[in-house]
Amino acid sequence: MISPWNSADLTFLKPELWLLCSACVILLLDLVSKDQRKAVTHWLSLLSLGIAAILVLAGGVKSPQIVFSGMYVVDQLSGLLKFGSACLVGLVLIYGRQYFIDRSMLTGEVYVLSLFGLLGMFVMTSAFSFLTLYMGLELLSLSLYAMVALRKDDSLAIEASMKYFILGALASGMLLYGMSMLYGATGSLHLSEVSARIAQGQTSRDFLVLGLIFIVAGIAFKLGTVPFHMWVPDVYQGAPTPITMLIGSAPKLAAVAFVIRLLVQGLPAAFVDWQSMLIVLSVASIVVGNVAAIAQQNIKRMLAYSTISHMGFMLLGLIAGDAGGVAASIFYALVYSFTTISGFGILLSLTRTGFESDNLANFKGLVKRSPWLALMMLMVMFSMAGIPAFVGFFAKLSVISAIVSHGFVWLAVLAVAFSLIGAFYYLRVVKVMFFDDSDLDVVDSPFSLKCFVSVNALLLLVAGLIPQPFLSICADAVNLSLLG
Amino acid sequence: MLPLTHVLLLSAVLFSIAMFGIFMNRRNVIILLMAIELMLLAVNMNFVAFSKYSGDMAGQVFVFFILTVAAAESAIGLAILVVLFRTMRSIDVRDLDQLRG
Repeated sequence: MISPWNSADLTFLKPELWLLCSACVILLLDLVSKDQRKAVTHWLSLLSLGIAAILVLAGGVKSPQIVFSGMYVVDQLSGLLKFGSACLVGLVLIYGRQYFIDRSMLTGEVYVLSLFGLLGMFVMTSAFSFLTLYMGLELLSLSLYAMVALRKDDSLAIEASMKYFILGALASGMLLYGMSMLYGATGSLHLSEVSARIAQGQTSRDFLVLGLIFIVAGIAFKLGTVPFHMWVPDVYQGAPTPITMLIGSAPKLAAVAFVIRLLVQGLPAAFVDWQSMLIVLSVASIVVGNVAAIAQQNIKRMLAYSTISHMGFMLLGLIAGDAGGVAASIFYALVYSFTTISGFGILLSLTRTGFESDNLANFKGLVKRSPWLALMMLMVMFSMAGIPAFVGFFAKLSVISAIVSHGFVWLAVLAVAFSLIGAFYYLRVVKVMFFDDSDLDVVDSPFSLKCFVSVNALLLLVAGLIPQPFLSICADAVNLSLLG
Repeated sequence: MLPLTHVLLLSAVLFSIAMFGIFMNRRNVIILLMAIELMLLAVNMNFVAFSKYSGDMAGQVFVFFILTVAAAESAIGLAILVVLFRTMRSIDVRDLDQLRG
């Protein structure tokens, strides 16, 4: 079943190899560059992200290709998620540029660490053994810990970085402990062999369940679902806004791929066990996330709790467990990350040096100061709340219909009830923007930033009006990857 | 030969000590970093034991990767710690309380 690797396997690795080489070259070029605005580094990074995205598309395969002795898998699912993450990281660099320049934080590290983080996401998305899953996860996490601490004089950012590091390392430890138990139970690190041996029933059930508990706890930490969510609000609030935007978007796509590889593909025989654990995580996240967000005055913190509840929704599709449910989860993750990134993009266009604009009160009367940005923020908030005609509605609809078709009507009712509660705090932002008065200055943000944010937010409306092509892309990718 | 359960028990004890160190420690951030290292070493012990008793080498190869990543991880952790001390003049866990709510 597992064949030794040959050099032909390398052709499936083009996007990863390209990213690795370009990140190293950019690191070296940045050392000799004297430019304070880092124009060369910026454009080269965007160029290499673009080429990586094109390589991912060009390397698309019909059926899953398992390469490197079963360590790595290239399929439609990984292609879709890699393309999405490359676009999201590119958007982060575009949106964040002015913020970094204004606060003289624009160092080469921003770009190099983003590229290495993206490489980690690529590896996570395509990993097919415990070893590659772990290496991808660590490459991503280590880059993110360092990026949160980029602002060395800001004690909030450093505190957030320390908390993120400690809890992230704890999560990796738990995940590894679980992996070691599964390795003990099955005698293999390869997900294909692990699932085959569990299906044959020659494994010790005690080791299996113990390992599963640790693995699910580790995953829950990384996703930021209740009861392992403590780091999310602190890191979102403390990190510089572009870094929060990065943490909140692309890594979530890699995390959903991670869960699908590990649980759906690696442990289908233990489906009943992990399904019940995911139900607990998902219910707790939807309840706690939506209720706690109401009490927040800091908008980054509010978005953090909203992320927690969105991750709960995303898990609903995996609870259904079949191809339709997995496709719904992936669609949800994609919609969530593009919505979040445009929300943070608007937040970034309102900031100036020395003014973070991260309080709810800073949005007062935005419609008078910058009607266009207020309109865009309205669309983002409506999409997050799941109001029809915006794409967030179809994301929620698809995960909820996936669980209803498996008989979890109570779960669907609960999810809908709490998304109604959640609508309160999204609509409160709209109310503050449109109906409150303020004496703040007129917003003056770079034209290019405004353009990109507008396209991004308008896309949410367009995808909400014609959701079918996007839904069928996700469904096809999952069908070709899990069944093919 | 030593039974597998004894080795697993030892690594479980080490893992528990590490967990205890992370959750009960309310003073020094450096102790947290030490607890994290201990946790990864407990995992390594598990991998080596399973690898030895099942005759599959892959587990021991994984240990080398974990050791390498652990080194990178503590480098980043200590770097953040240095910056933390420069900004806050303290490495007390109780002082990490500006972010809350």
